[in-house]
Amino acid sequence: MIRVVLPAHLKSLARTADEVQIELDGNVCVSSVLSAIEARYPMLLGTIRDRTTHKRRPHIRYFACERDLSHDSPDAPLPEAVARGAEPLLIVGAMSGG
Amino acid sequence: MSSIRVLVGTRKGAFILTCDGKRDAWRVNGPHFAGWEIYHVKGSPLDPDRLYASQSSSWSGQVMQRSDDGGATWETVGNHFVYDGVPGTHQWYDGTPHPWEFARVWHLEPSLTDRDTVYAGVEDAALFRSTDGGQSWSELSGLRTHTTGSSWQPGAGGMCLHTILLDPKNPQRIFTAISAAGAFRSDDAGATWKPINRGLKSAQIPDPDAEVGHCVHRITFHPSRPHVLFMQKHWDVMRSDDAGDSWREVSDNLPTDFGFPIDVHAHEPETIYVVPIKSDAEHFPLDGQLRVYRSRTGGNAWEALTNGLPQRDCYVNVLRDAMSVDTLDPCGIYFGTTGGQVYMSPDGGDSWKAIVHDLPAVLSVEVQTLP
Repeated sequence: MIRVVLPAHLKSLARTADEVQIELDGNVCVSSVLSAIEARYPMLLGTIRDRTTHKRRPHIRYFACERDLSHDSPDAPLPEAVARGAEPLLIVGAMSGG
Repeated sequence: MSSIRVLVGTRKGAFILTCDGKRDAWRVNGPHFAGWEIYHVKGSPLDPDRLYASQSSSWSGQVMQRSDDGGATWETVGNHFVYDGVPGTHQWYDGTPHPWEFARVWHLEPSLTDRDTVYAGVEDAALFRSTDGGQSWSELSGLRTHTTGSSWQPGAGGMCLHTILLDPKNPQRIFTAISAAGAFRSDDAGATWKPINRGLKSAQIPDPDAEVGHCVHRITFHPSRPHVLFMQKHWDVMRSDDAGDSWREVSDNLPTDFGFPIDVHAHEPETIYVVPIKSDAEHFPLDGQLRVYRSRTGGNAWEALTNGLPQRDCYVNVLRDAMSVDTLDPCGIYFGTTGGQVYMSPDGGDSWKAIVHDLPAVLSVEVQTLP
């Protein structure tokens, strides 16, 4: 079970609770987690990453285990603590905008 | 008795203001989509409870919303806007080629004949259409791929297609306007387009009467006379009596002819309204006095409308999509400000009052007159 925390504006868009839990087989990475999230909540398509290229939107960040994973390969395995559900993957709206 | 529903898009959400036909006791519902920029909300003329909304943020991009109950509940619909073919480039601010990049939907225009068909004007400037209630979008690429397209440049607010007018007498005819390319017309339902900027003069471009490059802020018409167009340009208020083939200036005695919105009285096709703004550098009213100007002669002979509007220390702006009219008699005029006020006049502009004072900055105002 993977735990994912969405930023507040996407929680309201997806009408979800504070934390989303998903089951994943295979490689637990940002790409596979986001694909699972988008499959369950299609209204989030395009709001975290580009729909076609899957490039992260400039003002979105991925944090876990007190690390910024935003610039890692989206196919890189997530920390083991995230993969076993001990720690959440945080999808964060960067400190920008107004 | 008829009732009024005002759809207000703001920097931080949408608000729906409702009232009976007396237009004096308003209810405020919202914010919808709190925290998101709502560039535009507009209802279908065929089914006024069918609303479309453009929702966006700098973090998460474009989201589209649809309601089938007048805004009580909303459903997220499609946000996949992909330019047709290989998009190519337009000019950037510095004159270099820049790839077309979708940024946001500025304006939504529901079809006059089909509740599931809606047009979207987007940045970077292009026209999209959905025929399935907003679930999927296809570009009418004949506009963007016009031979002049590669020379278009963004205005200060981005290169946006902000105005879409559907001709109620000719279903083949569509007008659009782009900052800062100009006005365009299609006579074949959006397949091909021609610039309609003859008569415009813009000192801010190298060739003041060029075919394209004019910063048109807004165009409008009265539904009974769609060949008579009124334009608020960057500077100058203009009029065309031949569906845009030629324009003449009708600024006349306006204290400044810079501004953004322009609209037409619901029952008097020659009565038009603008909100003069001091200048392109100072986007606020002259002398701190918020004044709507009315011409009853289709331009020229402007009169200031001040009764109920702040006449000192007012430094708000009124954006291009933030003025609308109802169809009651007498006609109601509405506009929203960047200071968060929505003003309305129940008597064609003779007197004004604020429906709300303290919303986020208002981006758009659309009025529905409900049976």
